[in-house]
Amino acid sequence: MTTVEARGIGKRYRKFVAVDDVSFTLEPGRTTALVGQSGSGKSTIAKLLLQLERPTTGQILVDGEPVARRGAAAARYRRTVQMVFQDPYASLNPFHSVGHHLERPVRLHHRDLTGPQVRERVLHLLERVRLTPAEEVARRRPHELSGGQRQRVAIARALAPEPGILIADEPVSMLDVSIRLGVLNLLATLQREEQLAVLYITHDLATARHFSDDILVMYQGRIVERGPADEVILNPRHEYTKLLAEAAPNPERRIKNLQA
Amino acid sequence: MKPDRKSDGAEPGPEVLTIENFSIDYLVEPVVHAVRDVSLTLHRGEVLGLAGESGCGKSTLAYGIVRLLKPPASIVSGRAVFHPRDGAPVDWNELGAEQLRAYRWDTISMVFQGAMNSLNPVISIRDQIEDIFTTHRPGMSRKERRQRCGDLLERVGVDRARLSAYPHELSGGMRQRVMIAMAMALEPQVMIMDEPTTALDVVVQREILQELTRLRDELGFAVIFITHDLPLLLEISDRIAVMRAGEIVELAGALQLYTEPRHEYTRKLLASFPSLTGDRGSFVRGTVS
Repeated sequence: MTTVEARGIGKRYRKFVAVDDVSFTLEPGRTTALVGQSGSGKSTIAKLLLQLERPTTGQILVDGEPVARRGAAAARYRRTVQMVFQDPYASLNPFHSVGHHLERPVRLHHRDLTGPQVRERVLHLLERVRLTPAEEVARRRPHELSGGQRQRVAIARALAPEPGILIADEPVSMLDVSIRLGVLNLLATLQREEQLAVLYITHDLATARHFSDDILVMYQGRIVERGPADEVILNPRHEYTKLLAEAAPNPERRIKNLQA
Repeated sequence: MKPDRKSDGAEPGPEVLTIENFSIDYLVEPVVHAVRDVSLTLHRGEVLGLAGESGCGKSTLAYGIVRLLKPPASIVSGRAVFHPRDGAPVDWNELGAEQLRAYRWDTISMVFQGAMNSLNPVISIRDQIEDIFTTHRPGMSRKERRQRCGDLLERVGVDRARLSAYPHELSGGMRQRVMIAMAMALEPQVMIMDEPTTALDVVVQREILQELTRLRDELGFAVIFITHDLPLLLEISDRIAVMRAGEIVELAGALQLYTEPRHEYTRKLLASFPSLTGDRGSFVRGTVS
C-alpha cells in the first residue's frame, strides 16, 4: 500500500507552462480521475509521476518522503508506480510473445525467482486479467489478440512488479465500446483486490464519473475544479467543467427534445 | 445542438440515395462476407447514423457505395442508386471509370476515417483544396478558385489566412475541419463521414458537430455518419442503422431506437455506455461482466 502526494508540482518547457502548481494525493483503494481536453497537461502529470520528467517546481512525495532521484530507492519507486498506456496496438512489441512481455517485468523486479517460479507468476497474472487458458495465451503474439485482450495484457504487465500506484492514460479510448466496460470493470476489481491507488486519465466524463471516487478537472495546466465524482459532474461550478459536461454526447437531452 | 426539425424520420424528404441488397465479400481464404444484403434509403437532408463495432463492415459498406474498394474486396450483389435533384436516377454500378471519377466528390463525397492524417504533408492546404477545383471544374478561373478555397475554410470556421499553411502547422481539429471543407467543396448532395471525430477530444468534437449541423441546415445535403459512438449518433441522427457482422440488425428513428430497441444487440450496445447524468446503468464498479 502506497500513497503518493504531488505537492505544488509544475512543469515548464522553455517558456511554455504545461503544468502549473498542481497538488493532489493518490491513496490506496481510491481512484482519482484526471479530466480535460487534449493539451491541458494530463499526460505531463503522468510523466511527472512516473519520473520520466522532473518537475520544475514542487515535489512528489511517496508515503511522506520525497522521491529519490537515483539508486535503489529510485528503482523501488519505479516499481511502485506503473502505467497502462492508451494504445494497446502500439504498447506491445509485435516480435515478442505475451509470455515474454510479462516475464521481463517479473524477472526485473524479482531477481531471486527461479525459472519455474517466474513462469507460474506469469500464468497467474494472465488468469487475474481473465485471459484463459493462460498457457495458450502466453504463447501467442500481440497480433493474434483483439484490442481488449491486448489491453488486458498491458494491465497484467503493469501489475507484474506488484505496484501500489497505477496510472491509466486513456486505457479504453482505443477499444470498441462493447468491451470498454469489461476492461474498466476489470481494473476496478483488481484495484479492490490489491488496494491500488489509481489515476485514471481521460476525457470521457461519463466513465470518469462512474469509475472514480474523485475527479480533478484540468485546464491549461491548472486544476480548476476538484471534488467527489458525482458532485463535479452533476453540479459543475467552474465554467470549464460546465463546458466539458456540455460537450459530452448526451442522448438523454436529445431524446427529451424529440419527445417534446 | 439545436432542436430537431424532424423526429423519427416521420416526414422524410425525397430519396437521394438508395442502396439495394448490397453484398461485399473479401475474396480471401476463407471468403469473408463483410457486408450481407444491406438495403438502405437515404432521404434528402437527412442524417443517417450507421453504428457498429470495428470489423462489422460499416467502412466496407461506405467504400462500396462510392466504389473505392480494392481487391480482394468485391461487390458480389446489389446496387447503389443516386437520385439527383433533377434528372434520371444514376446506378453507380453502371458507370464507367471516367464517369465514376467525375461523379465522385461532385455528388457523393467522403470524409475518411482518420481524416486528419489523410492530408498530404508536403502540399499546402491551398493546393490540396484547389486540386478539387482544377480536377472537377476545369473552366474555373484561378482567381475564382482562390476565392472559393478561402470561402470554404471560413465556412468550417478556419481563418482563410491558413490557406498557405501545411498540415503539420494545424491542430487535429483544424485538419479535420479542412477535410470537411474539402468534402463540401463541390456542394455534394450526399456526404459519407467515416468516424470523422473519433480521434478528437470532446470539446473540439462538439464544435465540429455543431458546424456540421449548421451546414446541413444551410446547404441541405444528406449525411451517412459512421461511428461506434452510439450516444453521439443518438444526438445527431434522424435515423440510426445498427450493423453487426455485415448485416443491418435494426433501423429506426433515434427516439424509437433509444426508447424501444428491438434487437438484442442494440440493447447490448446501448447498455455499454455509462450515462453521464443518469444512474449507473450496467456499470457497477468492481463486478466483472
